[in-house]
Amino acid sequence: MINSKAVQMDAEIISNKRIGTYNHMVFSVDEMANGCRPGNFVAIAVGGPASSMVLRRAFAIYRASMRADGTGLLELVVAPLGNGSKWLASQVAGQKVNLIAPLGTAFGIPTQPVNALLVGGGYGSAPLFALAETLKSRGCRVDMVLGASTAGKIYAPLEGKRSVNSLTITTDDGSAGTTGRVSDVLPALIQEHEIDLIYSCGPMAMLEAITAITQQVGIVHQCSVEEAMACGIGVCMTCVLPVEGDDGVIRMTRTCVDGPVMNGNKVLWSKSRDIPDGVWGK
Amino acid sequence: MNFNFGTDIAGTTFPNPIFTASGCAGSGKELVHFFSLSDLGAIVTKSIMLKPRSGRATPRMAETPSGMLNSIGLQGPGIDLFLENDIPWLRDQGARIIVSIAGETVEDYAVLARKLRTVSGLSAIEVNISCPNVENRGQVFACNPETARDAIAAVRRNIGGELPIIAKLSPDVTDITAIAQSVVEAGADSLALINTLLGMVIDTNTLSPKLSQRTGGLSGPAIRPIAVRAIYQVRAALPTIPIVGMGGVANGRDAFELVLAGANAISVGTATFGNPMAAITIKNELEELCIARGFNSFVEAVSYAHRTESK
Repeated sequence: MINSKAVQMDAEIISNKRIGTYNHMVFSVDEMANGCRPGNFVAIAVGGPASSMVLRRAFAIYRASMRADGTGLLELVVAPLGNGSKWLASQVAGQKVNLIAPLGTAFGIPTQPVNALLVGGGYGSAPLFALAETLKSRGCRVDMVLGASTAGKIYAPLEGKRSVNSLTITTDDGSAGTTGRVSDVLPALIQEHEIDLIYSCGPMAMLEAITAITQQVGIVHQCSVEEAMACGIGVCMTCVLPVEGDDGVIRMTRTCVDGPVMNGNKVLWSKSRDIPDGVWGK
Repeated sequence: MNFNFGTDIAGTTFPNPIFTASGCAGSGKELVHFFSLSDLGAIVTKSIMLKPRSGRATPRMAETPSGMLNSIGLQGPGIDLFLENDIPWLRDQGARIIVSIAGETVEDYAVLARKLRTVSGLSAIEVNISCPNVENRGQVFACNPETARDAIAAVRRNIGGELPIIAKLSPDVTDITAIAQSVVEAGADSLALINTLLGMVIDTNTLSPKLSQRTGGLSGPAIRPIAVRAIYQVRAALPTIPIVGMGGVANGRDAFELVLAGANAISVGTATFGNPMAAITIKNELEELCIARGFNSFVEAVSYAHRTESK
């Protein structure tokens, strides 16, 4: 079901700052910010009223907060790669965009203090900093790994780093941190910090590689998936993945309403570009 | 102001002419978060098949200029679970319900019609015949006058009662009026025009088709002139058949254009993906436009663009 807190509104851009290869954008959203949880996303109409881009663009919420004066702020990290995100990143303070938020599932927060490892790929790190703050406030130990193809694509703002016990960086080209992939450094970190739980957000191949490790060592893996969406609200059936349900039945499951945060150990990753045998209704 | 916004489709009246389009609203369970389903003329549910369907592999979608391609593959729970879960819920919402059905064989359509004949609270049946016919080399029913007629005739024989049959036609044909004539002779009470057009996008990075099924159905404002043309042609050929028009309607002006061409009702499809409130906004804009242009009722505006030819 659609996130019960979701509202549609025209939100004014408060600020838009270039940080490395990304844009940090802040929107004024009134009390809607109260309903946002780490892991939720926002769907934004792009291109203006005469746009040829008919579909919304989905962005993970970087953080959401209420100010003392009662205004709510929604912050995003936008990677201007496609025409839609380029248009959004080109908008300036004072302009308004139509958005729907919060959408989708949120990261589950453990009731007991645990040792959590947060793993982000590229701008997939965006929702992890608010998650880190929440986990810290519940007494968890929080370690973080961020990976990208190159140093410029690591998104790790200073204030975000404060909420983690350790930060490990990996880059494919070795321009920052350890050369290699996040999955290369995970086994040692899991052992060193006695990790109970992994949270992740990033490209599908990264999530699949993390799942291979979490299944092997038997720890919980909550991941935020990135599947192409058309509507973001559960209507169009575009953004599906094969996922095993609590009843043991594998279904093509909508990542916009039953995700983006899913139990990574229940996703059939290697079959995610296929309809696996045994899927309901194949 | 006593503008009459109501419309009539083969003897069933609707308080306004704006419907959802099948496959673009599910069964309304998500859109009800944004508006009351009874505010629309009708909810046309996602085409349902006999058995549960997983749908196609991903990627299922590609955005295109002023449109999108989709190849969902009719993912759904099958008619039995649909009748158990979705129909009672829609009735509780006070929605007027048009159930869309799809089959792979003529017999599928017959069985689906038999399952629906005893269901109460339905306003009409939409027969989606833009599906591959497994008994005819996978050729789409709607692309051939004989197979289109056979599918509609199977529904006509089995539906019984007064429930109007709306045949949904594909524009991917040489002469859509010939298909329209054929399904009307077979017992269709109304036509839904138009379904998506077959298209393809090749990813110039991977050098391969973007969709897993290679081709997909093109929808959105890009196809609107084709919808207007198809509706206009069929209206000229069949002056009295009720037409549910659709194809790239994104605002009230677009809906008005299809109405002038001959549509007795308008379905809103892809626009809902971009804006869950689209159908409601279009409804309000269309009513204002009809009034502003001096029409006393919605029905007066239907087919108005044909007036010089009929005189």
